[in-house]
Amino acid sequence: MSFAARRLAQAVPLLLIISLLVFGLIHAAPGGPLSLYLDNPNVRPEDIERLKRAMGLDKPLGAQYLSWLASFVRGDWGYSYADGRPVTERMLERVPATLQLVGISTVVAVIVSIGVGVGAAMRRGVDHAASIGAVAGLSVPVFWLGLVLQLLFSNTLGWLPSSGRASFIGGGLADRLAHLVLPVTVLAVAHAAGWSRYLRGSVRLALAQPFANAARARGVTETRIVLRHALRHALLPFATVVLLDASIMASGAVVTESVFAWPGIGSLFTEALAKRDYTVLMAFLMCASVAVVMLSFLADVAVHALDPRTRNAS
Amino acid sequence: MRATTRLPRQAVIAGATLIALVVLAALAPVISPFAFDALDLAHRRAGPSVSHWFGTDELGRDLLTRVLFGARVSLAVGFVSAAVSVLLGVAIGATAGWTGRWIDAVLMRITDAMLAIPRLPLLMIAAAILAPNVAVLVLLVGAAGWMETARVVRAEVQSIKANDFVTAARAVGAASSRVVVRHVLPGVLPTAAVATTLAVGRGILLESALSFFGVGVQPPAASWGNMLYQAQTTMTSEPWLGIFPGALIFLTVLCCNTLGTALTER
Repeated sequence: MSFAARRLAQAVPLLLIISLLVFGLIHAAPGGPLSLYLDNPNVRPEDIERLKRAMGLDKPLGAQYLSWLASFVRGDWGYSYADGRPVTERMLERVPATLQLVGISTVVAVIVSIGVGVGAAMRRGVDHAASIGAVAGLSVPVFWLGLVLQLLFSNTLGWLPSSGRASFIGGGLADRLAHLVLPVTVLAVAHAAGWSRYLRGSVRLALAQPFANAARARGVTETRIVLRHALRHALLPFATVVLLDASIMASGAVVTESVFAWPGIGSLFTEALAKRDYTVLMAFLMCASVAVVMLSFLADVAVHALDPRTRNAS
Repeated sequence: MRATTRLPRQAVIAGATLIALVVLAALAPVISPFAFDALDLAHRRAGPSVSHWFGTDELGRDLLTRVLFGARVSLAVGFVSAAVSVLLGVAIGATAGWTGRWIDAVLMRITDAMLAIPRLPLLMIAAAILAPNVAVLVLLVGAAGWMETARVVRAEVQSIKANDFVTAARAVGAASSRVVVRHVLPGVLPTAAVATTLAVGRGILLESALSFFGVGVQPPAASWGNMLYQAQTTMTSEPWLGIFPGALIFLTVLCCNTLGTALTER
């Protein structure tokens, strides 16, 4: 069996366990997915019975799980309790905004991490400052950082818009870019903190290897050794670390999009949370987890294809 | 030898700050300048001043007092949830590493699955469904944080298991449980200590995020997170209500992470 096929065979049971956990979580609610209606005095008991039958909630739990899983795989994710529209539709319309925000902040974080990581691997002074910065970046509450930046740059200085994706009127490119600055900064800070330390570590490791010493002996300058040899060595594991952090990105996007009223999937999630819109919440959790599993699958397959050493090891 | 095992200066400062925060929180009823829910209607929404160092909220309650009392909840959630996470992580990791075979395979697949589900949204849904009191919230946050510890502990137990002293202990007829408790788990202690320090910070961050979204600690109880939840709508007019609780979350988590990093590098 090829590596990709074997790796995919591992992903399937993983996805099944995830689906069981997510399904179990929603059905742990007193009253199950209908608990929202149970609290509402305007919904009559016979309506609840009718809804239960319509949604298949009167069937045994195992049968419910199987039919839910089957329709999830088919892309039928049910209807939002909040406005009755298909969940798939509500989520799809939010995808572009999230991809834009997460994509741009990932690129920014990668560029910053490479710069800071390489600097820290080469200079002691940079390393010291970078390690303090990284611990700070990992420790700051994301939503508080967002609120403070809004307060400073939007309300006090008036340089940047505080929320949304574009102004209602006259939304040109500059306006859209201005709206991106704060949310991208907040998301990038958290990622760059961890990633820069990782890159510094792997560049250091590469610099201690015989090939680096051989290059030094040939009289190659340290800068050139770092940029041409050590960094190349470090980039592949770095790329997998970035892909493997998708789970943290999803959490970060939820918080950042809510603070900045960014109209993406993350703010759809918090809107759904406030209304206890379980079909949307469940679909979000499943999609995010499937994306995480898929990205780690891609990372493994890519490393296997690009790095011959991993093939010999396995 | 002593000099090399001493902690770096920033870790000592971080540890001292943490202890100071815990002492201040414990003494909150004694040292706070006002009663927890004392109203000062003449000084509502007042900025920081000599009498109210951190200012007052919309009911004229002293923010410094509320931050001190909030520290009790936030720190308690951080420390207890960390203990829950690490105990779970050590138990699951040690079981997987020691027994091996299918038990190991099953436990590690569950660990992978839990790691793949984004932690904060998962906790937010769980908290929204269960509407927990502080005790249940602590268990939830703890139950969401054992996976990293379990993985590291499993790897360590596997390598300790291969040592001669373990083989010797089994050879003289020691029961499996005795070997694990007396010979294997002590070797895992340093890892568990680091994991606990980092888990305290993570627990405080998670609690604050849950409370910030209104599904964590509920008023009238105060935690740093739910103080921010109440402050976010008035951030422009009364910024101190949000700045101080958030700064304390930042400071506390910073201390935990500095300490944890220093312990890892030793």
